[in-house]
Amino acid sequence: MREQIKTKILKDAFIAAAVTAILTVPMIGLRLNVESTGLVLHKNFLWPAVAAAVVFVARLVIPFVLIPKVSVPAAWTQKAGDYKKWWVGALIVLAIAWPFTLLGGGSMLTAVTMAMVYIMLALGLNIVVGYAGLLDLGHAAFYAIGAYTYALLNANFDLGFWAALPLAGLSAALFGVLLGFPVLRLRGDYLAIVTLGFGEIVRILLNNWDSLTHGPDGINNIAKPTLFGFEITKRARVEDASTLWQTLGIDYSNVYQQIILYFIALFLVVITAFLINRLVKMPIGRAWEALREDEIACRSLALNPTVIKLTAFSLGSMFAGFAGAFYAAFIGSVTPDSFGFIESAIILSIVVLGGMGSQRGVILAALVLTLLPEFARGFAEYRMLVFGAVMVLMMIWRPQGLWPASRRRVELPS
Amino acid sequence: MDAFLPLFLQQLINGLSLGAIYALIAIGYTMVYGIIGMINFAHGEIYMIGAYVGLITLTAIGAASGLPPWMLVAAALVVAVIVTSSYGWAVERCAYRSLRNSPRLVPLISAIGMSIFFQNYVVVLHTSRDLPVPDLITGHLFSVDIGGFEVSMSNSRALILFATVVLMAAVTLYIRHARMGRACRACSQDIQMAGLLGIDVNKVISFTFVLGAFLAAIGGVLIGLSINKINPFIGFLAGIKAFTAAVLGGIGSIPGAMLGGALLGLVETFASAFLPTEYKDIVSFGLLIVILLIRPSGLLGRPEVEKV
Repeated sequence: MREQIKTKILKDAFIAAAVTAILTVPMIGLRLNVESTGLVLHKNFLWPAVAAAVVFVARLVIPFVLIPKVSVPAAWTQKAGDYKKWWVGALIVLAIAWPFTLLGGGSMLTAVTMAMVYIMLALGLNIVVGYAGLLDLGHAAFYAIGAYTYALLNANFDLGFWAALPLAGLSAALFGVLLGFPVLRLRGDYLAIVTLGFGEIVRILLNNWDSLTHGPDGINNIAKPTLFGFEITKRARVEDASTLWQTLGIDYSNVYQQIILYFIALFLVVITAFLINRLVKMPIGRAWEALREDEIACRSLALNPTVIKLTAFSLGSMFAGFAGAFYAAFIGSVTPDSFGFIESAIILSIVVLGGMGSQRGVILAALVLTLLPEFARGFAEYRMLVFGAVMVLMMIWRPQGLWPASRRRVELPS
Repeated sequence: MDAFLPLFLQQLINGLSLGAIYALIAIGYTMVYGIIGMINFAHGEIYMIGAYVGLITLTAIGAASGLPPWMLVAAALVVAVIVTSSYGWAVERCAYRSLRNSPRLVPLISAIGMSIFFQNYVVVLHTSRDLPVPDLITGHLFSVDIGGFEVSMSNSRALILFATVVLMAAVTLYIRHARMGRACRACSQDIQMAGLLGIDVNKVISFTFVLGAFLAAIGGVLIGLSINKINPFIGFLAGIKAFTAAVLGGIGSIPGAMLGGALLGLVETFASAFLPTEYKDIVSFGLLIVILLIRPSGLLGRPEVEKV
């Protein structure tokens, strides 16, 4: 009997190694490249050999040394709402102090501000994917709609950032309703494809509707946000208005402007996180989660699934719209290329990595995924490769994410 | 005589050959969906890998040997089919099998991850540039003059149509009569019951992935030979389009995938003939949304009843 098992393991290992060789020899061992002489094939069979050997050994060893399952932390038992206050406060204090620390200046500050944009996007998508359980693969479309709403309002009607911000959120939410109303009645995986198609439609339209969006060139020279009505640029856009710097009597510096933009981003993130945190505890938020768990049970309890999904979808889109408007103001220009499927995929992988339905996890993952590439610039070409692999591995080993949400529950005293 | 008829015929030919490719890819989506109820998002990438393996084979043997073109094409097809089928098998084994009983979202996200992974895997290995595919199948099957306008069908397009028709017939017969085909149909009706009755469910699922990858690889090699360039991003759009075709025909139904592919190919070529080219993708995505609204079960599909 033992002999049989041993030969079976050996056979499995051989098959696995052979398949690995088939997979890797043509794709990794032979690499195509275009050079001056035409198409050239580079041969290097070292890596396929290594891969096959590794797979062979792994298949031999795994059945003997059973890999212990990664333990899933049990839901923290908690008395209602006693754990969270201190770390939220600490995080906000750290975030406020950040620009003044040694690490926080220069390009790092820009990167952290961009991370804030991703936090906003991911928190919005977290409502849709995490709480309501609807897979949205076109989140970047709403991000684009928000960004272009502000850019167009600013370019054509000279509307300021704070006036355009609610409109950007509103127009993104409106598109969310327009798309969601018909398709949210469908099954989950259809929704994924339809939102993906919608994302592509928006990108193609932005790219080709030259008269409105200036096509691939995008819209440039978008106004920066104002702070309490004062402009934060070097020279005021409006004639004889004084900038913040003139009012305060300090010399303009690019760093100061970056710091103020960072604080505006931080402010928006805190508002977003706070609002969503409250929303989730409202009946509508409970309904999202209930719907995610069991749609049929919800229907029997007289909850209208379409309406509940629609609120989640439009609210998620609205926050993407806010993020888009800030992005447009922060970068100062928008082009359709910034809002492709890859962007949607990055936002989704942030939500997945952090833990679907976990706000703290999403914030952590957004910081990790947007700041890590800053430290590892040499590996930039492997970034998306790693993203993809991480999404698969997370689903296999830790579908609840890095820092999953703890279920609130109240236990009866025994 | 105006230009309408020749233009119409020419677009009909172009549309059918494009639709044939969509149909080849759509079979993989529809069979996997029919049996385990998930969208194999990485399937478009499998098609792209098929095209790459074909080109690698052509470059590896083509340079020195003086083989006739048909042998080169046959070799590329055979190698691409073997390697790509292994990819299809490996994807299921590594990324989906352990997730089979998870909530719906989990395998779907894994599949998206797999798709992103493969796209960038090819970018890292073979650069993201367009690679030229040698023009092996030259000449035209026919070229007729109708009222001063030429209507022609190149041999490469003819090969696509011919190969698709043959493969579709073979797949239909296989699913209908072979032992494995019957097992597939049993699993798509009720996978648990099929398991209880002694069908090796794991084997059947692996088989559907391999069959899907097999057809996609042939599509990939033939399209590369027809349009003479490939890049790592061809799989993404083709995958979504093929999925649209599968939904259009009724997901889970094999004849539906063929019909849907042909229809989508025709709609797309006619749209790009009469509208600006950039809008053809919008037309197909719009079509997808409209079908899902009006008839979510597709043209030939059965409506799905959700059971508790």
